[in-house]
Amino acid sequence: MSDAALPAAPAKTESPLKRIWQEFAESRLALLGLAMLVIFLIAAVFAPFLVPQNPYDLANLDILDARLPPGEISGTGLTFLLGSDGQGRDMLSAMLYGLRISLFVGVTAVALALAIGALAGLLAAYVGGRVETVIMRIVDIQLSFPAILVALILLAVLGNGVDKVIIALVAVQWAYFARAARGAALVERNKEYVEAARCLGLSRTRLLLRHLLPNCMPPLIVIATVDIARSITLEATLSFLGLGVPVTEPSLGMLIANGFDYLLSGVYWISLFPGVLLTLVIIAINLVGDQLRDVLNPRLKR
Amino acid sequence: MTIPTLQVEDLETHFPTRDGIVRAVDGVSFDVAEGEILGLVGESGSGKSITGFSILGLIDPPGRIAGGRVLFKGEDITSASPERMRSLRGSRIAMIFQDPMMTLNPVLRVDTQMIETVQAHEKVSEAAARARAVETLKAVGIAAPEERLLAYPHQLSGGMRQRIAIATALLHSPDLIIADEPTTALDVTIQGQILYEMRKLCRDTGTALIWITHDLSVVAGLADRIMVMYAGKIVETGPVATVIERPQHPYTRGLIGSVPGVLPRGKRLFQIPGMTPAPLNLPPGCRFKTRCSRADTLCDTLPELVELHPNHSVRCHHPHDARPLTPTESAA
Amino acid sequence: MTAPMIELRQISKRFVWRLDLASRLANLLGAGIRERAVHAVNHVDLGIAEGEVVGLVGESGCGKSTLGRIVAGIMDASEGEIRFRGKALSAMTEEEHRDYKLAVQMIFQDPYASLNPRMRVEDIIGEAPVAHGLIRRSEMGEYVEKLMQQVGLDPRYRRRYPHQFSGGQRQRIGVARALAVQPRFIVCDEAVAALDVSIQAQVLNLFMDLREQLGLTYLFISHNLAVVEHISDRVVIMYLGRVVESAPTEELFAAPNHPYTKALLAEAPKLVAERRDYTPIKGEIPSPLDPPTGCHFHPRCPFAMARCKTEAPPLREIAPGRMSACHLNEMATV
Repeated sequence: MSDAALPAAPAKTESPLKRIWQEFAESRLALLGLAMLVIFLIAAVFAPFLVPQNPYDLANLDILDARLPPGEISGTGLTFLLGSDGQGRDMLSAMLYGLRISLFVGVTAVALALAIGALAGLLAAYVGGRVETVIMRIVDIQLSFPAILVALILLAVLGNGVDKVIIALVAVQWAYFARAARGAALVERNKEYVEAARCLGLSRTRLLLRHLLPNCMPPLIVIATVDIARSITLEATLSFLGLGVPVTEPSLGMLIANGFDYLLSGVYWISLFPGVLLTLVIIAINLVGDQLRDVLNPRLKR
Repeated sequence: MTIPTLQVEDLETHFPTRDGIVRAVDGVSFDVAEGEILGLVGESGSGKSITGFSILGLIDPPGRIAGGRVLFKGEDITSASPERMRSLRGSRIAMIFQDPMMTLNPVLRVDTQMIETVQAHEKVSEAAARARAVETLKAVGIAAPEERLLAYPHQLSGGMRQRIAIATALLHSPDLIIADEPTTALDVTIQGQILYEMRKLCRDTGTALIWITHDLSVVAGLADRIMVMYAGKIVETGPVATVIERPQHPYTRGLIGSVPGVLPRGKRLFQIPGMTPAPLNLPPGCRFKTRCSRADTLCDTLPELVELHPNHSVRCHHPHDARPLTPTESAA
Repeated sequence: MTAPMIELRQISKRFVWRLDLASRLANLLGAGIRERAVHAVNHVDLGIAEGEVVGLVGESGCGKSTLGRIVAGIMDASEGEIRFRGKALSAMTEEEHRDYKLAVQMIFQDPYASLNPRMRVEDIIGEAPVAHGLIRRSEMGEYVEKLMQQVGLDPRYRRRYPHQFSGGQRQRIGVARALAVQPRFIVCDEAVAALDVSIQAQVLNLFMDLREQLGLTYLFISHNLAVVEHISDRVVIMYLGRVVESAPTEELFAAPNHPYTKALLAEAPKLVAERRDYTPIKGEIPSPLDPPTGCHFHPRCPFAMARCKTEAPPLREIAPGRMSACHLNEMATV
């Protein structure tokens, strides 16, 4: 009774991930964005090996080298390819280290926000009732405050530091994930495979983590890519305002801020180059995120 | 002898995909006369729905009509301009879909939509358009049509929505209606009503109807002629009585044998072994040969559609003779 | 006479839309907004004997899917009692309850939504038996292979994902998943409705074979009368939440009693090449939110009397093994 002959199917199992990659790669722009991101990541990770100078080691810095235009040579014979900033730091080195911090903060904050938000949203959708009401009202309250305001208050209370910034960003972002996760879970929980899992007597935890969560991920991933860009921008804004990362370990935002005072006197390179780098990073993330969003959208027939 | 309302000649519709070209419709030819009801029967992957869409020019790129012609009342519409197609669609050729929400706009009231449809093709006053809408709703058996007009689609049941979608298709008294599985999702009693109304309509107005479905039982009671499709090609076509009582193609026999009610209760249903071949992996020659008990080396060449009996054609090297299907045999 | 394997007594299921805060405030001001309730299932009695195949037929809003889910334990009844092998569910210990849940499994209508798209077939089938300790993790591969063979799937494909299979094959995966926990009773909720006719035949044959091989009992929910006639021993007809007729298959199809059953049988498309020139039954199926009073069928019934509007006819036995809920039966002289 074997009517099992599958039509010639691919020899290897075609996992959903492989399919996503294939469809993602159909867009040249998205691939460009991905390439840019990879370059930025490598530059950030291997920054210590790539840069001529460690910008955070105050012993390296000489105030006499400050505000030298691009191409100038420092007192120690080092070429400032992109100029030096107000404290004598090589701009290129400072930018790569700053990129490191920006990416680290952005990705970590989003990852934590996603984890917390997704669990909260899934729980709300699956359990329902009072639990759902409580969680979603907290989300609503959270979302009704402007992000900057919440972050500023938190940082004012917690003080400066990379970890404090991450906490502030997580506090601001988790609510978006919670709302999206709840929306996705509300749709998924009525689907028959969830009913089947209940019929089979599987535990609630297993249902949430093994069945609901993986199927609610697509909208969350889309939000995450957009959010990484948003977090990096937010961090840059906070640094610009003087809160967040310490002055001695500037992120891209802080570099831009530092250069602001000198802009009108013709010392453009301190703000411009980090600004350009920041913009390129955000564009790259958005290119990738856009394509990912289209690929993961089940309504777009492909 | 008037020109047939629709003539399809060697129609080919192709879809390029990452892994190759899918020939969804591969050389299909048929005519539909005025007032005739044609049942286009096939299963998933047979190409029946795509045939319907191709006639109306509703194939989205990258899919395209790669060959053949479609003649509507003698006019070649395969290469017609978008404006010409737009003027034909909805007024001379109408389509009814399986999901009525493909026709109905959920945010507009029924009367707004129907009046809009009338005025899109004719310059009439709103009052005249409304009157016509009421007439058409009555024609499809809707009681209290004035009330129904004031409703939004979501306020109506599935059966009612489909009836309104059908009424919308009828607003301009089209010469040809293409219906793609319109009653598959409806309850039996509602389906019965709609089938009854459609038959009456076609008889009274001379509208030609192509009814696309996978349900043989529905076309048996509705159509004048049946056309069976498999893997993009027509495998059998003929008057409904002869095709159902004396099917010649092994696939048709298998289909009929698969329907419960033909064989005695409780017996194993006849099942056609295997599955429809993947569209990118069609076997050379007859496409049904991998599942056919009568296949041999002759079947490696593609059989032609041959008229073995008056009006009854079959595409097979080993058709059954014209014996009727007895209850105990299947497609041996 | 042995007790039926599964017995439903006066099962009812009501879906209520409770008024929210805004509506309650409005009511205080005299708005008069009513709470809406749907009696999806209305005092249903049903008994299914071991080894029997009971066909449950009805149209939209009749409550058959809801009833199926209540039997399978996915949904709780608002009222009434379920007995499994004579023992009431409410009186069961947690372990007995768990055994009941595993003993009753369900096969769903939509082959695309009923399988977790992100799990491999092997895990879909093998997850539950491992989770419940029926087999060990190390034995899962072999166990799944045997099940796949039993339902007619090639076991070599067990590491694939659902989207790589056709509709009919996915239904088979669903059957394998149900069989994996060694059930005694299977509820098929329109299990073949979404399949092509030839695939439908394959899956129906599979059901019949499994019944013979494993001694399974079925509740077969469907709106397709031809399929129900072919596979069932007994047929139960529902309309708007109530059972209106119940009889052994041959008797029901040969001589239907209830006017709704008669209409249903007359309207069902049959594969005969004769033209159907009859007058179909008029009227829409009423909304379950606002069912007609008395006998729910009276607005569409060609034989309706004044009594039918006010009084709902009880389900009574009109012949051994045959039940029907119609006032006309009382009028008929014996």
